[in-house]
Amino acid sequence: MDKLKSFFAGALVPLLVLIVWEASARAGLFSEVVLPAPSAVAAKWWAYLLPAQAQEPGQSWLAWALSGELLHDAYSSLYRVIAGFVIGAGLALPLGLLMGANTRVYALFNPLVQILRPIPPIAYIPLAILWFGLGNPPSFFLIAIGAFFPVLMNTIAGVRQVDGIYIRAARNLGVGQWTMFTRVILPAATPYILAGVRIGIGTAFIVVIVSEMIAVNDGLGFRILEAREFMWSDKIIAGMITIGLLGLAIDTAVSRLNNHLLRWHRGLEH
Amino acid sequence: MSSILINNVHKVFKTPGGDVTALKDINLTIKPGEFVCLLGPSGCGKSTLLNAVAGFQPPSSGEIIIDRRSIVAPGPDRGMVFQEYALFPWMTVAQNIAFGLEVQKKEKAEIDLTVKQLLDLLHLSDFRDRYPKDLSGGMRQRVAIARVLALDSPIMLMDEPFGALDALTRRNLQDELLRIWEKLGKTILFVTHSIEESIYLADRIVVMTYRPGTVKRDQYVDMPRPRDPASPAFNDLKRELGQLVMEEQQRHAAAEMKLAAVD
Repeated sequence: MDKLKSFFAGALVPLLVLIVWEASARAGLFSEVVLPAPSAVAAKWWAYLLPAQAQEPGQSWLAWALSGELLHDAYSSLYRVIAGFVIGAGLALPLGLLMGANTRVYALFNPLVQILRPIPPIAYIPLAILWFGLGNPPSFFLIAIGAFFPVLMNTIAGVRQVDGIYIRAARNLGVGQWTMFTRVILPAATPYILAGVRIGIGTAFIVVIVSEMIAVNDGLGFRILEAREFMWSDKIIAGMITIGLLGLAIDTAVSRLNNHLLRWHRGLEH
Repeated sequence: MSSILINNVHKVFKTPGGDVTALKDINLTIKPGEFVCLLGPSGCGKSTLLNAVAGFQPPSSGEIIIDRRSIVAPGPDRGMVFQEYALFPWMTVAQNIAFGLEVQKKEKAEIDLTVKQLLDLLHLSDFRDRYPKDLSGGMRQRVAIARVLALDSPIMLMDEPFGALDALTRRNLQDELLRIWEKLGKTILFVTHSIEESIYLADRIVVMTYRPGTVKRDQYVDMPRPRDPASPAFNDLKRELGQLVMEEQQRHAAAEMKLAAVD
């Protein structure tokens, strides 16, 4: 009952916005190129989702149902996010662990990190194209850069903030250096690392949309830019909404993973 | 069972305000199986002495010898129970207890058996798969004690282990500890600032002075257990030790006042 109530309370403002938007669009307050009615956007979104062609002979039903443009674009974008993130975070995690645990490694790498960190991934676009040409590789590169720094910084901070009492307790139990690292420092740093992962995925998601506007010919970012060329405002908004939904889905998945990995952690609200 | 020999131990801390002598001329011989309490106000160096025995902070001079070996580093032959519990929050109760044994590369069957026995001994069986965050302070300290017992170390070091617990839980755990000590015959070095706790538990109470930490009184407690905190003998000793501790507490307070005045 309470859940239902809070759902309706939450839906109230969006619903109101939709009604006002729809009403003013129908009243002809602005051209449909500038701002199409929500009903038109919904219709476009649906058409974007459905398969464009009739089922071909020999094509399985499932393959046909999934052949719509939207699903293809969403899949392409998601694939780039994940591949780029895995590369970026995969490099950041070991480096961050080393930098956090060893002051000499930290002193060696920190100046370079501090110089490179403030450069937004977008600024790498020209180089990315020069180095990697067109297609997926420059996207992977840009997304990896976007994901790299949040994961790196949080991993360093996570290792450094490990409470000394755990180290002392572990030494008292006779723990050696490697076990200390894998079974004490790493798990103790996990809350920080996962916070970095979450920020990193968020950045990766922003960067994927931008990167798709430059060097590829599918994906959600490409699609809304393409729609702009034809002034298909309804498709632009349909694409934006899809980006929002995909982002929400990714964040929910990461948050679930967080809650599972940190089920031992104090301060989680469940 | 092991004895602990503390020979001429000095400990000096270097601070920006100059050197602070935390321990001075400490000489103690703790017999195998003896239950010794280090008693004193905060700042008297009792935890410093315990940390030196644990091997966390070696003395500036002098040495600590256990079974003819000089102590240079922490080790599982001297299991330590911390006031802050120091359980690993990412491990369940059973995993915390098993960890020290896994480090020693014991066989799985043996680890499982030991963990089961300790869970039984400390009445933790119903909590074996819980995480520390879901346990009360008293329960956490039981797990910490079990984790140290798993090491089967001859010596147990305890740094105000029951300091953060409420009075009833505290008494309950004191009784548990005595039961375990009588059953397993460990040598226990126990730091506390509670006079009553030291009389209730110890064979011998070492009262320490405030900075520099020295031995003010080496007091044997010759009362049969279980001891009754309401008995005249208990209270006589409590009054006597209370006097000693209060003198040191006043020196501590005076020193702090002086520091505050300088600020």
